Amino acid sequence: MHYLSDSDVCDLEKKANAIRQSIIEMLIAAGSGHTAGPLGMADIFTLLYFHVLRHDPKDPQWIDRDRLILSNGHICPVLYATLAHAGYFKKEELMTLRKFGSRLQGHPHRESLPGLETTSGPLGSGLSQAIGMALAERINNPYSNKYFYCLTGDGEWNEGQMWEALMLGGKESLHNLIMIIDRNGIQIDGYTKDVMPLEPLREKFESFNWDVQEVDGHNMRAVNDAIGKAQAVYSQPSVIIAHTIPSKGIDLFERDFRWHGNPPGKGPEDRVPKSRQAAEALRSLRTLQNNIACTDIS
Amino acid sequence: MLKEHLNQKLFDADVETIANRVGYGTGLLALGEKNEDVVALCADLTESTQTHLFAEKFPERFIQMGIAEQSMASVASGMAAMGKIPFVASYAMFSPGRSWEQVRTTIAYNNVNVKIIGAHSGISVGPDGATHQALEDIALMRVVPNMIVVAPCDALEADRATHALAEYVGPAYMRLAREKTAVITTPKTPFVVGKAEVYMERVDAPHGVAIIASGTVLVEALRAGKILNEKGIGATVVNMATIKPLDEAMVLSLAKTHNFIVTVEEHQTAGGMGSAVAEFLSETHPIKVVRLGVHDMFGQSGTQEELLAHYNLDTAAIVKATLTELVDF
Repeated sequence: MHYLSDSDVCDLEKKANAIRQSIIEMLIAAGSGHTAGPLGMADIFTLLYFHVLRHDPKDPQWIDRDRLILSNGHICPVLYATLAHAGYFKKEELMTLRKFGSRLQGHPHRESLPGLETTSGPLGSGLSQAIGMALAERINNPYSNKYFYCLTGDGEWNEGQMWEALMLGGKESLHNLIMIIDRNGIQIDGYTKDVMPLEPLREKFESFNWDVQEVDGHNMRAVNDAIGKAQAVYSQPSVIIAHTIPSKGIDLFERDFRWHGNPPGKGPEDRVPKSRQAAEALRSLRTLQNNIACTDIS
Repeated sequence: MLKEHLNQKLFDADVETIANRVGYGTGLLALGEKNEDVVALCADLTESTQTHLFAEKFPERFIQMGIAEQSMASVASGMAAMGKIPFVASYAMFSPGRSWEQVRTTIAYNNVNVKIIGAHSGISVGPDGATHQALEDIALMRVVPNMIVVAPCDALEADRATHALAEYVGPAYMRLAREKTAVITTPKTPFVVGKAEVYMERVDAPHGVAIIASGTVLVEALRAGKILNEKGIGATVVNMATIKPLDEAMVLSLAKTHNFIVTVEEHQTAGGMGSAVAEFLSETHPIKVVRLGVHDMFGQSGTQEELLAHYNLDTAAIVKATLTELVDF
C-alpha cells in the first residue's frame, strides 16, 4: 500500500464507476437484490482490490494473501463485480447473479466462487470470523504482515454477536485486524437512527479498546490514508467508520432507505417510475463516468 | 454375551466410573502434543468441559472466549479457514444450542474443519435442571448438512472419539455428559466414526430385541440386555456412538434379525438417534421401533438416578418397555 497520486485517484474513481455500472446491470438481470449498499461501498471495494490488498486473482488460494471478510453478505453484488473486474472470473458471469445454477449465489457461499473468504448473509458473524483468522495467523506466524479486513454494515451492529466479537478483538489487541464499517445510516426498515440508534458509535468502539477513525467513504485518498494509519497502529485493532451515501452515484436513488433491498425496476417511484429506473440508473452512472476527467487534475 | 473387548467388571457393584467429559479433556491434551494445528476455544467453562488440561499446557493455542458462544462458533470458523483444527467447548445447551445459526452458516455451510463439543448434554445433568439439560442437540445438529454427530458411551470412548474427530476432516459435533458413569470400554474396544458396534450378543431364543443406545445411557441398555438374556429373551445391545452418518448396514441387519428394536438416548424422542433409526427403517425394512427418550417435555432438577428412572431411561424402564412390546410377538 502506498500514497495515491492524482492519476491513481482518477483511475480508481473510473474503475469504481465501471463497477457501479456492473452492479446495476447485474441487479437488472437478476430482478432482485440489494442496490443501496453495493453502490455506497463501490469506492471502498475498488480501493481495496485495486490498491490496498495483496492478492492474486490468478491464484485465489495464495497462502500469503490478505483476507477480506464481508460480514454483511447482502451487499455481495459489489464484491462479485469487483472480483470480476479484478480478474477472478469473466465479467459476463456477473449476469448470472441469483440465477439457478450460478456461482454467484444471492448471498456469498465460499465454496461456490473463487475469491470468497467466507459464506455470509445472516448478519453479525463476520467480525468473529475475521478475528478467528487473525488469531490463527498470530499462532502460525507472529511476525506476519498479512492484514485481515472485515467489512460490516451499520445496521448489522444491532446484532449481539458483533459486540461479543468487538470485546474479543479489543482483548486480543489484534493489530493486523482492520474493520471498515459502511456507515450509510440505513437498514431495511428505515434509517438506523429510527430503527435502532447507534450513536455515539465512535465512543462505543473506543471504549472497547479499538483505534477509531472516521472518513468520507467516497474519498479514495482519505480512506487510503486511514487504512495506512490503521496498519501502523500496533497495540490495538482498528475500525474505520466510513460514512457513505446509500446508492451513491445515482442522484435519484441516493439517501433513500427504500433502495436498500430493491433492484432498479422495483424501487420507490416518487422520484422515478419503475419503468425508467433501470435506464435512469445507467444513464446517471455513464454521465458521471464522462465527467471524471483525469487530465483535469493537476 | 458382553463382548470380550469390553470392561468385564461392568456389571459389578464397584465398577469404575468416570465422567465421559474427562475423556475429552485427556484426549484433547494428547492431541495437543501430537498435532500442533489443534486449537481449543471455550466460553468460560474450561474446567467443566475439561478444556483446562489443554489450556494449561498450550496457553498459546487456547482462546478464552468469555461467555460468548455465538462468537465462539464463528471465531472457530475463521481459525479453521487458516488451517487450524479448532475444538470448541461449552455446555450443549449453549453450544450448539444458542449458537445454532452460527454453526449452520459459518461452520457447516462454510464446510470448515471445526469440532463442536457439547458437554452436559442429556437429562443426567441433574440438579441444574431443565435450563441446562440439552435434550434437543442431536436434532439440531443432525439436520445440518455437512455435520456429523457423535455420542461416546464412556470416558475412554470420548478420548478415542476426540482423536478420531481430529483425523476426520469436516464439521463435527460430539455430545458429552456431566456425571460419572460406568467405564464400558477398554483400550481394545474398536471405535470408528460412522460404525456402530454390537456390545452384547443375544442368547439363542425364539424372540429377539435389538437395543440400540447412544451416549452414557448405554450402560443402562447393557444392564437391561443382561437381564433380558437371563430371562431367555434374546437381546442384542448396540452402541450407536455415531448418530450421523447412521451405520445403515448395521441397523438394517439388526432389523432383519430381530422382532423389534428399542432405542435409548437422553434426548427428545423427536429428532434424535431413535428418529434416525426409525426414519431409515421406515423406507428400507419397516419394523417396530420403540423410542425411549424424553417425550416432548422439559426436564427438571434431581439426581441422575431419579431422572433416568422418571423419564423411563434406566435399566428397569428398558426391561419393562421390552417386555411390554414382547406381548405382541
